[in-house]
Amino acid sequence: MSITLSAVRSCAGLVLGSILLAGCNAPKPLYQWESYQPQVYGYLKGDSKEEQVTALERDLEKIKAKNGAVPPGYHAQLGLLYSSLGKDDQMIQQFRTEKALFPESATYMDFLMSNASKGAKQ
Amino acid sequence: MIKRLSQLITTVCVLALFAGCAERKTIDYSAYKQSRPKSILILPPLNESPDVKATYSMLSQVTYPLAEAGYYVMPVALVDETFRQNGMTTPADIHQLPMPKLREIFGADAALYVTVSDYGTRYMVLSSATIVTANAKLVDLKTGTTLWTGSATASSQENQQNQGGLVGMLIVAAVNQIVSSVQEDAGYPIAGMTSARLLTPHPNGGILYGPRSPKYGTD
Repeated sequence: MSITLSAVRSCAGLVLGSILLAGCNAPKPLYQWESYQPQVYGYLKGDSKEEQVTALERDLEKIKAKNGAVPPGYHAQLGLLYSSLGKDDQMIQQFRTEKALFPESATYMDFLMSNASKGAKQ
Repeated sequence: MIKRLSQLITTVCVLALFAGCAERKTIDYSAYKQSRPKSILILPPLNESPDVKATYSMLSQVTYPLAEAGYYVMPVALVDETFRQNGMTTPADIHQLPMPKLREIFGADAALYVTVSDYGTRYMVLSSATIVTANAKLVDLKTGTTLWTGSATASSQENQQNQGGLVGMLIVAAVNQIVSSVQEDAGYPIAGMTSARLLTPHPNGGILYGPRSPKYGTD
């Protein structure tokens, strides 16, 4: 009798434990975000672009050091910042990297790069 | 003995119920599943609140949950800049743009139309609460079909311990992520919670996983 009771108890313990663990099973993020979203907010609010470039370049090194995945839009955002600082070569390089990492962005990146080359010829 | 056993079983059953979702919304996902969008263009959110910060605060927070759900998210600040350079400066104007034009320029499979209905801090007699509420509509840019709609709200007064499960984890992650950022805007971290709650896949009427997620096709 007492054996069955303890068996039931440990069984119940197992069930409870697995329910708890199911809740704790946090999925590993797909990307290493660092400060991407706050920097985007900074850009939209009109904060200093030099500081945003510094932060995103620094964070990119962190992502590379950990062999992490760069989030979608990260290189495009860097390209946007370089563009507004007049560094068009670096802008093109970032848009190309975005396109290489995420072929879904190809149409848009091509649109931006062709606009940039038209602008340069004028 | 039997009484004890049945008590135990009852307890376990009740806990199991809480662990799962007691009630499931029935949502028709057939158009969504047929469309299989890979990339999402997030338009600057419409703001129905009196706080002008709502649009950009929300816009800067919606990439995380959608990208983690497995979608390519068009770079939101760059997209906003493209609209500006073409003379489109208000979300209301941008939300009216013809879908074929959006598809032509951005090449996205779907667009997300977000409306922020509540954003800000309410001061009450004994306390104050910062609340952000938003709703969203995912639309196929090729056909104009609405694939999914949803809404969510978050408040600074919520007890973090009550936010169990996957969505809770992501909310904590989203909040931790912005620790370094601007503190003058009390709505910003709450917008992150609202965004995570709105756009993280969950079985109770949430968006579906996208192709870049290992869980794609399982929901």
